[in-house]
Amino acid sequence: MVQLLFFYFALVVIGLGLRIVTCKNPVHSVLLMLVLFFHMAGFYLLLNAEFLAAVQVIVYAGAILVLYLFVLFLVNLREEVKMSPFIEKGKWLGIVGAVVLFITFLRGVMNFSLGPHGEYTIEKVQQLTHTKAMGEAIYTAYILPFEIAGLILLVAVIGGLALAKKEKKGA
Amino acid sequence: MVHLSWYLTVSAMLFCIGVFGFLTRRNIIMMLLSIELMLNSVNLNLAAMSHYMEDLRGQVLVFFIIAVAAAEAAIGLGIVVTLFRNYRSVHTEDIIKLKG
Repeated sequence: MVQLLFFYFALVVIGLGLRIVTCKNPVHSVLLMLVLFFHMAGFYLLLNAEFLAAVQVIVYAGAILVLYLFVLFLVNLREEVKMSPFIEKGKWLGIVGAVVLFITFLRGVMNFSLGPHGEYTIEKVQQLTHTKAMGEAIYTAYILPFEIAGLILLVAVIGGLALAKKEKKGA
Repeated sequence: MVHLSWYLTVSAMLFCIGVFGFLTRRNIIMMLLSIELMLNSVNLNLAAMSHYMEDLRGQVLVFFIIAVAAAEAAIGLGIVVTLFRNYRSVHTEDIIKLKG
């Protein structure tokens, strides 16, 4: 059953990924990306990471994709759908680069062996519940990275405001 | 039983698709979307690794990557809006001011 679900998710994610990067209309790409994000959340559920699945749906599907859609509606798409979505002569170079990179990754995956196991076994996480286990890890051992992530979000807010602000004439 | 290397292979495939999109698309918004694709594949890799190593470190990292991805999308799309305001285009071949 788990294997069946894994293959379903893998098939949908890879197929949608290929469709997203080759789709002519960016709006279609963004909407397909929404479906892809839901299937990624399915992967997280298979990996016993419920909190990450929820965050994936809320942040990626709920916030980031809406941002993308808004910006897509701001820019002019009229002639976009009529021309080729790829840069000139770049398509084959891109395919070759991606395939070579994939072969390199595959060699790494073949020779990969797991390191020593940590203390959070599946039973322990299920007993604690995943959200509580994550919270304990974030607010004790990873408190400094958590603060830095907050700072990065502040920088993003200020940067977004500064970029989107209309400049005054003559200033 | 789903083996770890299956997850790693799916994630590698998704990453390569993202690389292909980033290298070949002419629309800057689609290039940013390809970056999201790559970040997602890295997230899947980390979450799978964390699950099979029975350690929460990878999943904490996924949490931070999602936060950074949100910041990156906000800044990147802000830049795209500014570019469109100045050039009336979001295509890479029209933005050649630094080319000389």
